[in-house]
Amino acid sequence: MTKIHVTTTVNGDPAEFLADPRETLLDALRDQLGLTGTKEGCGTGDCGACSVIVDGVLVCSCLMLAAEAEGKTVETIEGMAGEELHPLQRQFIEHAALQCGFCTPGILVAAKALLERNPDPTDTEIRYWLAGNLCRCTGYDKIIRAVQDAAAEMRGAA
Amino acid sequence: MRYHKPTSFTDASAIAAAAPGTLRFLAGGTDVLVQMRAGMVQPDDLIDLKHIPDVGEIRQTADGGWRIGIAVPGVVLGAHEGLKRDWPGVVEGMNLVGSTQVQGRATLAGNLCNGSPAADSVPGMIAAGARVEVTGPKGSREIAVEQIPAGPGKTNLTKGELISAILLPPRGKNGGDAYLRFIPRTEMDIAVVGCAVNLRLDVDKIIEARVALGAVAPTVILSEAAARAIIGTTLDASALQALTSAAEAGAKPISDKRGTAEFRTEVVGVLARRAAKIAYDRAKGQGK
Repeated sequence: MTKIHVTTTVNGDPAEFLADPRETLLDALRDQLGLTGTKEGCGTGDCGACSVIVDGVLVCSCLMLAAEAEGKTVETIEGMAGEELHPLQRQFIEHAALQCGFCTPGILVAAKALLERNPDPTDTEIRYWLAGNLCRCTGYDKIIRAVQDAAAEMRGAA
Repeated sequence: MRYHKPTSFTDASAIAAAAPGTLRFLAGGTDVLVQMRAGMVQPDDLIDLKHIPDVGEIRQTADGGWRIGIAVPGVVLGAHEGLKRDWPGVVEGMNLVGSTQVQGRATLAGNLCNGSPAADSVPGMIAAGARVEVTGPKGSREIAVEQIPAGPGKTNLTKGELISAILLPPRGKNGGDAYLRFIPRTEMDIAVVGCAVNLRLDVDKIIEARVALGAVAPTVILSEAAARAIIGTTLDASALQALTSAAEAGAKPISDKRGTAEFRTEVVGVLARRAAKIAYDRAKGQGK
């Protein structure tokens, strides 16, 4: 089967790989680029564990072909922390907003996308925004509080 | 699987017409990729339509209507002030599809061509009188949205044909539309029943109406009887009762894991009443 040459930008760095036409962006990130922070949960767009930001839009990387990433800008969990953890990452630790941690990369990426467009979301707005990110451990309350506190911190820092 | 990236609808149509095996078009991919993963569909040819110019654009047409590109995702529709002002019912229907992540990719054209009778964006488009531009081997033509679905998972498009734009009519004065669905939770579920109402007023009296019912038949259906029940009225109690009865009578649902036929029939009447009231208030310029 003919492979497709894909050139893209991942977390600010140029990246290229040869993709099978059926290969998802999720598989390419994990298996070709070694970025295993993005998780595969359901593989059908229901759980949000594979959330990434493509050209500024939050998407499930399992619902996008790797070939579709040609020329796009992709942000994954690996690009979130700089020298220090992102406020969202730090608040998730502070609030113990995770247990097994499998859903956490997707939730952090999704929450970051939310705060970029809405720096002061209500509880309800956070819950609806994150409705596509399933967590079977926490019961969500700690996640909501961590996002609220990170938002407050980021507003203060700005 | 061959992955194609045509740069015109004519080319896309030619590739599709010549495809020997299983073919799928790719816009947002939120249904196609799930079907591929589940093994339900293994395309021999996949035609990605996102390299065709203007498929991501929303443009107002000369007559005041709207031309929506086939790759415009829900998140873009939901952020478009002009569309939300003119056709809030169409936008709210699309925005009920899936999660934030799915909204980042899913499209009106995909929701329509997936052929689900429960598709949340389709009743709103049908009630609005939306049309689609179809490009095929013999050129392009315009047809009404309600003529696309043929049954669960099936459309009336023939080999080599594809939707090349969604066309919403001019809103005009004193009009309003709304879409409501019932699901057993608040988010991330498939409609058990859906209903869209679009109407126009002359002062307080309804002079035009279209009512579309979702998930109560093999396709989304346009109920002319439900529309007749409220045309000429001020949406008073007796008109609402007539609308309820007509919507119930128009429903031909099945019983499945999401709801029984009896339940769906009852709920479609309730949703028709509520959606009509919202559309009426919007036409009066009250409420969102």
